Amino acid sequence: MEAAKLAAQLTQHQKNALETIANQMARPGRGLLAADESVPTLGKRLVAAGLVNDEEMRRAYREVLFSHPDLGEYLSGAILFSETLGQRAVKDAEGRLFPALLQSKGVLPGVKVDLGLEPLDYSARETHTKGMNDLMERCQEFYAQGARFAKWRAVIRIDEAANLPTRACMQINSAELARYAAICQACGLVPIVEPEILIEGAHSAETFARVTEAALSEVYYTLAQAKVFLEGTLLKPQMIMPGVDSPSEGRPRPEEAARRTLEALRRRVPPAVPGVVFLSGGQTEEQATQNLNLINQLAKQPASSLRPSSTTCPWILSFSFGRSLQASVLATWDGKDENYEKAMEVAGALAKANAQAQLGEYQGPHPSVLKGQSLHETNRGWGASARVGGGKGESAAGATATVSPSGETAA
Amino acid sequence: MMGKAPSLVTGLDGFRHVRSPRIQTMANKKLKLCQAMKIFSSLLLASLVTTCSAFVPLNQVLNVTPIKTRGRFTALKMVSRAEKENPYMEELKANARKIGGRGRGILASDESNATTGKRLEAVGVENTEENRRKWRELLYTAPGLGQYISGAIMFDETLYQKTAEGKPFVDVLAEQNIIPGIKVDTGLQNMFGTDGETATQGLDGLGDRCKAYYTQGARFAKWRAVLKVDDRDLPSEKAIWENAHALARYAAIAQENGLVPIVEPEVTLGPGTYSIERTAFISERVNSIVMNWLNRYDVVLDAILLKPNMILPGLDAPIASKEEVAKYTVQVMKRSIPPAVPSIHFLSGGMGEEEATLNLQQLQKEYPDSPWSLTFSYGRALQSSTLKTWSGKQENWKAAQDILVKLAQANSQAQLGQFVEGTHPSPGGGRILQALRLGGAGK
Repeated sequence: MEAAKLAAQLTQHQKNALETIANQMARPGRGLLAADESVPTLGKRLVAAGLVNDEEMRRAYREVLFSHPDLGEYLSGAILFSETLGQRAVKDAEGRLFPALLQSKGVLPGVKVDLGLEPLDYSARETHTKGMNDLMERCQEFYAQGARFAKWRAVIRIDEAANLPTRACMQINSAELARYAAICQACGLVPIVEPEILIEGAHSAETFARVTEAALSEVYYTLAQAKVFLEGTLLKPQMIMPGVDSPSEGRPRPEEAARRTLEALRRRVPPAVPGVVFLSGGQTEEQATQNLNLINQLAKQPASSLRPSSTTCPWILSFSFGRSLQASVLATWDGKDENYEKAMEVAGALAKANAQAQLGEYQGPHPSVLKGQSLHETNRGWGASARVGGGKGESAAGATATVSPSGETAA
Repeated sequence: MMGKAPSLVTGLDGFRHVRSPRIQTMANKKLKLCQAMKIFSSLLLASLVTTCSAFVPLNQVLNVTPIKTRGRFTALKMVSRAEKENPYMEELKANARKIGGRGRGILASDESNATTGKRLEAVGVENTEENRRKWRELLYTAPGLGQYISGAIMFDETLYQKTAEGKPFVDVLAEQNIIPGIKVDTGLQNMFGTDGETATQGLDGLGDRCKAYYTQGARFAKWRAVLKVDDRDLPSEKAIWENAHALARYAAIAQENGLVPIVEPEVTLGPGTYSIERTAFISERVNSIVMNWLNRYDVVLDAILLKPNMILPGLDAPIASKEEVAKYTVQVMKRSIPPAVPSIHFLSGGMGEEEATLNLQQLQKEYPDSPWSLTFSYGRALQSSTLKTWSGKQENWKAAQDILVKLAQANSQAQLGQFVEGTHPSPGGGRILQALRLGGAGK
């Protein structure tokens, strides 16, 4: 098949380049900032903060995120939205484009290359991801603009009463991830493979863990059949936790959730993958940091007392946080230039806390200014074509399905 | 392209495309059709890529559950209760870790009566039950063997045998701190319409046999799947699926009955000049398919052992250096075996005794602190010189045991990365080959 042919054509030189980038992205004490929200998704948040959603506002906001001078000590990369690749930092002395600005700090620029979710015809509440049309040409253009890695978000929904996910949904999304990965690698971009399993629902952590294992099995099997060069990829999964609507009694302690996360990853992710970067997916800023910290502390312990020197987790376990690195920044900035310095400091502090968590060395207090506020958003990523079928899991208060006029661009 | 100048069009994602107006119009008209086609072709693509979807029942593929079912809780099909409900689970994981402990490996002494007979006859010993019993007694009572050997795989007959003084072999092994294992497959059978490829038999009644073996004292099992490789056509898709499926089914049944399954997808060293890259490519492919089948059958990877081949070129190609072997072997394992598998026990599969030890040590250098133990499950590489030394003569008994323990020690040192080159007890030995034997090993 096409993806396999592409992958088989990678020269050793190309593979070395991809592996170098992937190892740069996945290294100790560093992680990724996910700043690739589409126009409607970011717009929702700007509007909720009382700001106008126009190109300049989005540009100015991203500038706040990227400007901290020490950012490169905490971030190895930042995922950008395609629009942002071509925007400039006006406060920068040289007025550099964002990719160049990030590179100068030692932060690799990446780009979201998918075009949002679309429901599957035979299973309306399940989705596949759009963006395969002219993906090759777009990736070549992104590379020319300075991007060195890419991201594609596939979504899998658990709904026990409706027998979701279906195996076919997992197969379709895995096939798309494999094809996307092969195309990216042919264009010199390291693909972040993101099979996000939603935390919407009332399922237990155990169910979530088993579905994660099933999904990751499908993903890595498909990547292997497509001969994707695993050493030049990263994985972006969700941390294992019970569904947001599950009862609060019987919820596992954070240590238990961390243990389940490591167990699931160890059972499915081959050592050739250099890094696993977690999405924050609606945890509070503080929870995300604490959970990452726990995971890394646990990962340092040997899996077997009979082999004390063995590596429990041969991949770097780090972060690719969006909301958990940004919510306080947006709140602090509030669109006002006089808050710029303060907001930039908050951005740096959030990144630093998570960098420490990657080393298992995070100590509070957490720099978040939004203690306790959930950052969960339902139906993130659905475009106008979404037949947002009713059903459980959609909280009445938080129904934030994006129905934008342009229809296509969704997170 | 068509006479009209192309225009810069801002695409829906903000990215600027160079599009001719003609193509733009076509694109607009066909957008809806393309979307529908894409969903269909994705489905087709998915079923082409993952051909195992042919096994998914249609009602699961087209799972459109009407809203009426809301309120009636149905267990998620994907979530298995196998792990949770298996009372042996903790014991299985502990045994797997123990067998894969540092500095030790497995003695593969599970040759069927027919295969054992061939070996005995080669040194002038008649193939009788008593001779087979004597030969295994020699192996299992070798003093100090348990320092280097964590598990011994036995054939059915052997599991029930005793020393000349009447002590059961399982007790002898327990005293040596060696866990008894049992071969549970019943041999290879030709797959019709292939170029000599085989399927492994033994699933019928496997559960009951495993129960009996557990009662007798076995704590792990072994099933050998064999795949032939050449430059082009082998192994066939059919052979890979058949062997992967059988391995997965066997592993599930073994775990259900308290036996840690050794999963052995052997890409066998065979004639030809196929390259080491070819073997690596095929082994990686086979491993990833086997892993996927294990996952589909809810086999718990923390409670299996893997027994793969090292990556070698064909018999008629130049012998690869240990550095090359280690490089490709580690690469294949890193790409296909998740860290939860506690231990990887490489088969010797025809390598000479010294070659097997040196290659094993090179693996440790190539990937120190690997998540799984990189160790051995050697048959011929531990027994060949031992058998020759014994040759059925009582006066050679001690010397034969001595060389067995020295060979085990050499491989143990290699596993620790501490073997001193040039000190091998069986230096300079050539390849120890045996043909694939068909027709059922249940004898």
